[in-house]
Amino acid sequence: MDGPFDEMTDTPGAEGARAPYRAFADWFRTEDPARLRAKAREADDQFRLTGITFNVYGEKDAAERLIPFDIVPRILSAREWSRLSKGIEQRVRALNAFLHDIHHRQEIVRAGRVPVDMVARNDAFLPEMIGVTPPGGIYTHIVGTDLVRTGPDQFYVLEDNARTPSGVSYMLENRETMLSMFPELFARNRVQRVSNYPRSLRRSLEASAPPACDGEPVVAVLTPGIHNSAYYEHSFLADQMGVELVEGSDLRVVDGRVAMRTTRGYTPIDVLYRRVDDAFLDPLNFRPDSMLGVPGIFDVYRAGGITIANAPGTGVADDKAIYSYMPEIVEFYTGERPLLENVPTWRCSEPDALAHVLDNLADLVVKEVHGSGGYGMLVGPAASKKEIAAFREKLTARPDNYIAQPTLALSTCPIFTKKGLSPRHVDLRPFVLVSPEGIEITPGGLTRVALKKGSLVVNSSQGGGTKDTWVLEE
Amino acid sequence: MLGKTAGGILWMFRYLERSENLARLVETGQRIALTRPDAATSEWTSVLQTSATRAGYDARHEAVDAEAVIDWLLRAPDNPSSVLSCVESARTNARLVRTALTREVWEAVNDGWMSARDALSRRVSVRDMPRVLGTIRSSSGYVRGALHGTMLRDDAYDFARLGTFLERADATARLLDVKYYVLLPSASGPGSRLDNAQWEVILRGVSGEGAFRQVHGRRGGAAEIAAFLMLDGRMPRSLAFCADKIESNLRYLEECYSARGPSQIMAADLRKRLAKTTIAGVFETGLHEFLQDFLTANVALAAQIERDYRFVE
Repeated sequence: MDGPFDEMTDTPGAEGARAPYRAFADWFRTEDPARLRAKAREADDQFRLTGITFNVYGEKDAAERLIPFDIVPRILSAREWSRLSKGIEQRVRALNAFLHDIHHRQEIVRAGRVPVDMVARNDAFLPEMIGVTPPGGIYTHIVGTDLVRTGPDQFYVLEDNARTPSGVSYMLENRETMLSMFPELFARNRVQRVSNYPRSLRRSLEASAPPACDGEPVVAVLTPGIHNSAYYEHSFLADQMGVELVEGSDLRVVDGRVAMRTTRGYTPIDVLYRRVDDAFLDPLNFRPDSMLGVPGIFDVYRAGGITIANAPGTGVADDKAIYSYMPEIVEFYTGERPLLENVPTWRCSEPDALAHVLDNLADLVVKEVHGSGGYGMLVGPAASKKEIAAFREKLTARPDNYIAQPTLALSTCPIFTKKGLSPRHVDLRPFVLVSPEGIEITPGGLTRVALKKGSLVVNSSQGGGTKDTWVLEE
Repeated sequence: MLGKTAGGILWMFRYLERSENLARLVETGQRIALTRPDAATSEWTSVLQTSATRAGYDARHEAVDAEAVIDWLLRAPDNPSSVLSCVESARTNARLVRTALTREVWEAVNDGWMSARDALSRRVSVRDMPRVLGTIRSSSGYVRGALHGTMLRDDAYDFARLGTFLERADATARLLDVKYYVLLPSASGPGSRLDNAQWEVILRGVSGEGAFRQVHGRRGGAAEIAAFLMLDGRMPRSLAFCADKIESNLRYLEECYSARGPSQIMAADLRKRLAKTTIAGVFETGLHEFLQDFLTANVALAAQIERDYRFVE
């Protein structure tokens, strides 16, 4: 096979579409490109009016930017999705079991499957959480599992995003936009719905209410505020769920409960979907200079007065060093073989692995253990000699801060350009909800696409765009 | 509803109202400048006073110059009360309270901000002025329309209306106070040309020239104009109308929350005081003093609402 796997045509540029894309391809052939270009501009105007923007830190003039949207949908068959969703569910179950275990008896450490340092010396590990069991036993309620694909049946998990995954508002708005622009496409394709997500999210948060809740659970979304890069999403989700969007300054501890200041006085909150990092959650228990959190919220939490979703300390499960142990973690807690593959990962903290990585920098992707957003990483095959040399120094200075992975031949999906369809690399982030009632995965997710030809970086902060993601009915 | 949200909605509508009033002020200033060039400088000075931004302007400019004043009022980023700053503040507040607004209201505010930002991205030429000012005024009306047509009649709506009328009462009172001397019966005989022009400015400043003609025909003079803009409950920008609306929106809040607080009592007092006022009485105690008292009471009421409904900790 020449080049990467193309999800529409099998091989980039080939004629004829793979089965899930056939109806789309037939439609596309009969469309006037000029009309499609006009539609694409219409979509941008619509996003601007809706205000679905993200803030870029450090860019004053372009404070609010649109994430480019591509009109070609990413399409998965029901069979492909069913395999993926089973794998994701297994993995998320294991993540929650792992999080419970490492805060209690640490069986997995005793069994010698994960070294104790991976947990105890992990920056995201909160000793304050030892012995704490959250309401319903759920640690990570909202997960965004990042997947990449290299062939018809080869999917890999790239990251588990168990702390505060973002992007779900784009999944929902992208679908709304496609529905209003190309209703005829949805008549030709039976696409599984995503619009239930906000209702499911609310139900799943309510089902995780703490013991102190008597009556209908009061849910709120905690945002760091209007300047946060994901503020739009925070307000969108609160709005769609019909719950309050609060900031730390709206909250205080009253009579052993976390309460929000309403026009009529303080009202207790039962479940807080927080989009504020652990360190900023409680200035009394964590970072004392934080203005974003609520003094004393952690004590209320430990006493069963509030559910915090996701639980503090969940980040320990999604850093890139723990990632490399995920196959063991899945087997240990589920007793099953992992259904989804992990990308082979070298932990640079191990001398043998480090030596291998240093010898092969030009072929590898090297990432910071706690990095995100595509920052601070080296994509060997795309880097200059100078960049590689500079990175070598950083890596040698702090090897335990890095992991390395082979460069995968990520699949492509076409985007619509001035010259017609052109393949670009994509990834996929399905959104998972976990509650004591069960695990729910919205069919589809957010497809991110590297708009620059040949680029493997799909992050919106670095020139990535998004697509509507379709899972077809059987 | 969160106290912060109530405050955000109220201020969002205060800023929208302010942007609209400012656009109207600039429009009348420009009209005077075109029709009576000799009065232009003093007119721009009083526009600055009415907008309560004179001190800020003087700190940055040597003299009152039409082009500089217009730019200051329309788009100066360092003037927190410029049209552009107001529209931006309205939108920032709207983002803050997005969950309490309908999609239509949010999109109307956002759209208004986008068109104001484009229209005011550079100095506005005399030729473009009518179009730009028209855009500002109509986008404020567009938001109001979306509010009426789509928002639930609950506390969010009441706070939106309170913001509108607190701001409007303030603006009308300041417009009258800056020009109070031309409304005094003793200033000059009715019908003198100077007064006619000044009266027209005042009426146009509140888009009230047509309404006034309908009520008073061609006979109305200074006292009638003063009475019309202060005491006529039919005129939607009069003090009496605003005070009445403020009282009734606070009453809806009282019903909604089953709780009466100090702001309800203050609003009722203010409304009753206006109802008992006659124009002869106003001239007797002094127009300027009367307006100053009203402005003080209005500010105090706004502060009380902020406390009663816990806008801040």
